[in-house]
Amino acid sequence: MPTNILMPALSPTMEKGNLAKWLKKEGDAIKSGDVIAEIETDKATMEVEAVDEGILARIVVPEGTADVAVNEVIGIIAGEGEDAKSVSAPAAGGKADAPKAEAAKPEAAKPAATAEQANPKVAAPEASASGYGGSVAGSTPTAPKADGSRPFASPLARRIAREAGLDLSSVQGSGPHGRIVEKDVEAAKKGGGAKAAPTAASAASGPAAAKPAAAPLAAAPSDDAVKKLFAPDSYEEIPHDGMRKTIARRLLEAKQTVPHFYVTVDCELDALLKLRAELNAAAPEKDGKPAYKLSVNDMVIKALALALKAVPDANVSWTENAMLKHKHADVGVAVSIPGGLITPIIRDACHKTLSQISNEMKDYAARAKARKLKPEEYQGGTTAVSNLGMFGVKDFAAIVNPPHATILAVGAGEQRAVVKGGQLAVATVMSVTLSTDHRAVDGALGAELLAAFKGYIEKPMAMLV
Amino acid sequence: MADYDIIVIGSGPGGYIAAIRAAQLGFRTAIVEREHLAGICSNWGCIPTKALLRSAEILHYGQHAKDYGLVLEGSFKADLEAIVKRSRGIAARMNNGVQFLMKKNKVDVIWGEAVLTKPGTITVAPTKKPAMQPQVPPPKNAKGEGTYTADHIIVATGARPRALPGIEPDGKLIWTYFESMVPAKMPKSLLVMGSGAIGIEFASFYRTMGVEVTVVEVMPQVVPVEDAEIGAFARKAFEKQGIKILTSAKVTKVEKGADSVTAHIEDEKGAKQTITAERMISAVGVVGNIENLGLEALGVKTDRGCIVIDDFCRTNVKGLYAIGDVAGPPMLAHKAEHEAVICVEAIKGLHPHPMDKAMIPGCTYCHPQIASVGLTEAKAKAAGHEIKVGRFNFVANGKAVALGEDSGLAKTIFDARTGKLLGAHLVGPEVTELIQGFVVAMNLETTEEELMHTVFPHPTLSEVMKESVLDAYGKVLNA
Repeated sequence: MPTNILMPALSPTMEKGNLAKWLKKEGDAIKSGDVIAEIETDKATMEVEAVDEGILARIVVPEGTADVAVNEVIGIIAGEGEDAKSVSAPAAGGKADAPKAEAAKPEAAKPAATAEQANPKVAAPEASASGYGGSVAGSTPTAPKADGSRPFASPLARRIAREAGLDLSSVQGSGPHGRIVEKDVEAAKKGGGAKAAPTAASAASGPAAAKPAAAPLAAAPSDDAVKKLFAPDSYEEIPHDGMRKTIARRLLEAKQTVPHFYVTVDCELDALLKLRAELNAAAPEKDGKPAYKLSVNDMVIKALALALKAVPDANVSWTENAMLKHKHADVGVAVSIPGGLITPIIRDACHKTLSQISNEMKDYAARAKARKLKPEEYQGGTTAVSNLGMFGVKDFAAIVNPPHATILAVGAGEQRAVVKGGQLAVATVMSVTLSTDHRAVDGALGAELLAAFKGYIEKPMAMLV
Repeated sequence: MADYDIIVIGSGPGGYIAAIRAAQLGFRTAIVEREHLAGICSNWGCIPTKALLRSAEILHYGQHAKDYGLVLEGSFKADLEAIVKRSRGIAARMNNGVQFLMKKNKVDVIWGEAVLTKPGTITVAPTKKPAMQPQVPPPKNAKGEGTYTADHIIVATGARPRALPGIEPDGKLIWTYFESMVPAKMPKSLLVMGSGAIGIEFASFYRTMGVEVTVVEVMPQVVPVEDAEIGAFARKAFEKQGIKILTSAKVTKVEKGADSVTAHIEDEKGAKQTITAERMISAVGVVGNIENLGLEALGVKTDRGCIVIDDFCRTNVKGLYAIGDVAGPPMLAHKAEHEAVICVEAIKGLHPHPMDKAMIPGCTYCHPQIASVGLTEAKAKAAGHEIKVGRFNFVANGKAVALGEDSGLAKTIFDARTGKLLGAHLVGPEVTELIQGFVVAMNLETTEEELMHTVFPHPTLSEVMKESVLDAYGKVLNA
C-alpha cells in the first residue's frame, strides 16, 4: 500500500502553509524520522519528518507552492516491493497544480474530476456556500475558507451567521477543537471581531439588501482601485508572504476591535545604565567570552514583568465573558526581521534573572532571523515590548497584540534637560508609552502599571532581589 | 508536602468519579466516606429504586399476560421480601463496584466524617449519624480517623431529604425515600407528599404493587419541572391506573395514629379535607449537606443550602471545590459526574469546557416514563423566543403498538427564527433511553434541518422523535 504524505499542522491554529523545499527526490529511499521537506508557515520554517518507510514515489505538491492546506496530500511513499513508478495519483488530490503534474505522466490514471469527488474537502466551497439551508431563499452564502475547506462550525452557528451576513472564516471558535458555536457567532455579531462576508459588504451598497443585524466594518478599497492611482510600470508588485498577511490581518483586527488607550511617562536611566555597566563588567568568562552582556532592553523586559506582578490587575486578557487574569507575566518582545517582525516570548519573566532573559533573547533573535522559531515560542504571552530606541525614536505608540491587553513602546535613552530641585540638570531620559486595551485595562490602571515600571527602571537594584 | 494532591469528601456519583479522574491524571488521591461507598445514588436512590420498579413492571406484565396471548397458570404474585432483597443486592453490588474501582485506581478510602479544620486540612472522626440499614461494611483496607492534608479538597457530600416543619419524617409512619425502599410489609394505603421524580416513582411502584395511592402536589401540575402538556398527559395515565391526585394542594398538618397518618389538606381556594393512609411518604425535595463540614469557619460562600461555585467548581476559598448536589441544582447524579470531571481536569490545567446546565436531561422512571431536556414551552415563551412546537403521539408508532405500549407523547420546541432546538419533552415507554438523542443534537447545535435529514431506524420508538420534529415544521408523515 502506498502511503500518502500529508501537509502537517505545525501548530494548533495552522490552516495552510507554503511548501518551501523538498529535501528528497522522487525515487529516494526514506527512513522513518528522515527530514523530507521544509514547510514555511506565517512566521517560521519547520521541518517535516517522515513517519513511514519506503521510496518517495511521487512529489504531488512541488516545492515553492504557497498556501497548501493542512492534511492535503503533498507526496506519496511506496512501500517495500512496490513499484514506485506504478503508484497512481492520490485518491485525495488537491491543488490545481497537482492534477497538472499528473496529466504530464501517462500512468496517472485518475483525472482531476475523480480526485475532487474523492475529496469532499476540496469540493466544499459549493457545499458550504449553499449549506443545508437550500430552502432559505436569498441567503447570504458563507464564504469558503481560502484553502477551500469548510469552516468548522455547528449547524446553528452556520445558520445564524448566514442570516447575519457574517463570514464564518473570520469568527474564532470556542467549542471543542475550535468549533464555531452559537455563542461565538452571537459575540461576532455584536462586533466581537468578525468581518462581514464580502457578499454582505457589497450587497450593503444596494439599500434593499442591507441587513440591519450585521454591522460590517468599512471595506478596504480593492487592489485595482489602489493600482489605478499610480501609473502602470511606476511600481513593482511584490506578492505578500505568509508573514506579511498575518501582520496585516492581526493588526487590522487589533486596531479595529481593540479600543486603544495610551499613557506616556519619562524614566530617568542613569542609575540603570550605571548598574548595567557594573553588571556587565562583573560578568564571568565562559569559553573566553563574558557569560552575559545585558542590554537596556533586557532590563526593560524584567521591569515590565515585575511591574505586572506588582499590578496584577493589568496582567489580563479580555474575553467576551470573562477577564483572564494571568498568573505569570509572559513578555513578548518584538523582533524586527527581514520582511516583517515576530514576537518571541520570555515566559514568566519576573522569575528569571537578567542574564537568563538576556541569553534567551539572544537565542530568540538569532533563530527569529532564520525563521526557525517554534509556534509555542511566539504564540500567547500576556504583554509585549516594542523598542525602537536604537533608531533614535523619541516616543511612539504601539498596537496592542491580542490576547495581550498591554504593549509598551520604548523610545531612545537620550540626554535631556530636566528640572531637579528647582535647578536645571542633565539626565538620561527614556520615554515609554503604554498602549492598553481599554476593555481590560482602564486608564488609571495603566498609569499604575507604568508608575510601577518607572519605579523599577529608576531604582534598578530592586530588579536584582 | 501534603498527604494527598486531592481529597474528595463523599463517595457518591460526583465524589467517586472525581477520585477516579484524579487518579487517572496522576494525582495522589483519597476519598472520605462516612456511611455508604457509592453514595445515595447507588445505595439509596437511583439504582435500588430502578430495581423495585423493574419488579413492579414485570408484575404488571404478568397481570396483563393474556393481552400478549400468554396464559399464566397457578399463582403469580409479588413476594415483597424477595423484591426488597433483590433491590438491596443490586445496591450492594454497586457499592462493591465502587470499592473495586477505588482499589483499581489506587485511591485511598478514608472511613469517617470529615471536617475542614483549615484550608487544605481535614480531620476525620467516626460518624455520629446512625447508618441506614442494611449497610455494606467499609473496605477492609480503609484508613480511619486522623488528620489528612491535600492541596485540593473537593466537597461532594450530596444532599438529604428535605423535611417540612410539623411533618418531619419519623421513619415509621412518615417515610423518606430511605424507608420507602425497604418496606417490611405493603401498606394498604399510601399518601405521597410531592410529585417530583422521587414522589411519583414511589407512587408508581406502590400503585403497581396494589396499594391505594394518593399524591398531593402543591404546584398546579404533577412532575412540576416538566412541560405542562407532558404533566397533564402523565396525570391522565396515573389516574387511569387508579392513583388519586390532588394538585395545588398542601398538607398543612398531620396527625399520627397507631398505624396510620391523617393528613389535613388545603387547596388553593382554601377548601379543606383530610386523608387517612397507613403510611405517608415525604418527597418534597432534597437539601445540600453543608453542615458540620467546617465551611463557616473557612468563610465558604453558600446560598440557599448549597455551596456557591464557579464554572470550574471552585469555591471562594482557594484549593476548595464543590461538586454535585451540595453545589446546587439540578440535583442529579449525571450533573454531579460531569462536574467531577470538569473540576479535576481544571485542577490539572486541562481547560475543560464549562457545563451548560440548560442541556442537562432529566428522567423520571414512573409508568409511563418521562424524560426531557431544555426549555418547556412556557419557559421558551417567557425567554422571549418565537417558537415552533411539534408533537407526535406514540399511538401512531408501529413499534409502540407492537410492544402494547402505545400511550405517549413526544414534543419538540424550536426557535422559529434560527431553528435552534430549545427543548424536547417525552412521556411514554422507554423514553428515558430515547432522550439522549435530543441531548446530543442539542449539544451539537443541530437545527431542525439536520434532525429531519437524519435517518431514524425502523421500527423503533425513536421514530416518534423525528416525527415530532417534522410536525413542528408541518411535515409530519404518520399522523
